[in-house]
Amino acid sequence: MIEFFQALLDPDNRFLTYAMAMGGLASIAFGIIGTFVTIKRISYLAGAISHSVFGGIGLALYLQVGMGISWFSPILGAVLAAVVSALLVGLVSIHAKEREDTIIGTLWAVGMACGILFIDKTPGYFSLSSYLFGDILLISHRDLVFVICLDVLIVGVVVLFFNRFFGVCFDNEFTLLRGINTTFFYLFLLVLTALTVVLLVRIVGIVLVIALLTIPPAIAGFYARRLWQMMLYSVLLCTLFTWTGLGISYSLALSSGPTIIVLCGTVYLVLLAANKLVFTQNK
Amino acid sequence: METDISLNNVSFAYKKQPILENVTLTIPHREFASIVGPNGGGKTTLLKLLLGLIHPDKGDIQVLGTSPEKARERIGYMPQYAHLDMNFPATVMDVVLMGRLRKSTFWFSRKDRDQAQKAIRTVDMTGFAQTGFNELSGGQKQRVLIARGLCGRPDILLLDEPTANVDHETEENLFSILQELNRRMTILVVSHDLGFVSKYVKTVICVNRQVVFHPTTLVEGTMIKDIYYGDLKMVRHDHRCRGPLP
Repeated sequence: MIEFFQALLDPDNRFLTYAMAMGGLASIAFGIIGTFVTIKRISYLAGAISHSVFGGIGLALYLQVGMGISWFSPILGAVLAAVVSALLVGLVSIHAKEREDTIIGTLWAVGMACGILFIDKTPGYFSLSSYLFGDILLISHRDLVFVICLDVLIVGVVVLFFNRFFGVCFDNEFTLLRGINTTFFYLFLLVLTALTVVLLVRIVGIVLVIALLTIPPAIAGFYARRLWQMMLYSVLLCTLFTWTGLGISYSLALSSGPTIIVLCGTVYLVLLAANKLVFTQNK
Repeated sequence: METDISLNNVSFAYKKQPILENVTLTIPHREFASIVGPNGGGKTTLLKLLLGLIHPDKGDIQVLGTSPEKARERIGYMPQYAHLDMNFPATVMDVVLMGRLRKSTFWFSRKDRDQAQKAIRTVDMTGFAQTGFNELSGGQKQRVLIARGLCGRPDILLLDEPTANVDHETEENLFSILQELNRRMTILVVSHDLGFVSKYVKTVICVNRQVVFHPTTLVEGTMIKDIYYGDLKMVRHDHRCRGPLP
């Protein structure tokens, strides 16, 4: 661990400082949006959105490398795919009452498959593993600007519309009856989720997104009595997990994404078991 | 007498299956009515029509002299709490304040909080404002949801199965609160338990595809089992009501 802190202070290891800054800044977005995803129970929707992101990345690579459209970067493809799939998945969950999970499962798989097909048709070789499992050590200056913008957007929107989002998550029907456009706020929440997911993909990758989005809020849920408290605890926990995970992965030469996920997953399961034990003893 | 709700020849079908047929109904101001009927008989459909959540295929509905959508903000609604997430991080105050949500403002004001506090007092939950909603018992949750419906200062209070999953004493307590509120507003209660409710309510509305309206003083002597097709196990009531034969 000591060499990690030494490495952090070493000016040659700029990437490590970036990774730590990214982890901390991204935790603000993850903690807040993750709390909504957990209490609204839409982690399945978030999963579908994150996997469709892969379709967007594939399309962007195909257009950029294969067709020579240089401005169509993978990040643009990812954002586009995330927003489109968020709206699609949102409308499906509102309107298709009976087959909701089947339709969302289909979008999930088709998005992912399209990504692979586009990459098949793109000349050259691409390492997919950084998209699938993330690589926080490849973070660039531009990514940091992107995450700061997203944090400002999310904090601003949530402070402004806190009561409406609370209503939509706790009791959608009642909120609708109070004259609030719940469909709009639900889709808005999904679009914010989509943007956060794109960010998460850079850090932990498509496959592990749902874990980092839902585990810190799940732990926060043990201790929080109010919605804003749950958000605050989630942000703090998420920062703690990404930083500690980065330290461990650097020291032991492991992939950063999976290290972070194994860390927070283990903590969650241990706390869950401990809480169950204490709870049953009290009874 | 002033009319709060009127339905004129209203029909509603779900997937070609008729739920309500040619329903005509007038509910005067400060009515206290119980909506009863078998499962699938159309109680919930009637409630949703009154709230403008669904629209009739045929006929016309007027609530407080306007369309149900426009009247919404003057209706206090208490849904069944079973569909709410019991792990949701919220205090009683947070839940009750939802009743003060409106399009024009983003944050709750001092006045909103005062109104919420007042509503909490009305349902005898003073002192619980900062308690977690999920720490409450079933009956307490029902009362908090009534407070939420009340704090928008409604003219009509609509309650969906307020006595589901609560014990007898809690139920009695709840209805005496409602009786008190009835001095100020019209109250409609959807209920399975006809007999007990009818001790408090002024009118019983039987819903089973069609709607029959009974003042509680007139429903003596006819057979309740007609409307329930004789499937009722426990009949605990002193007023009875007859519905239309299917």
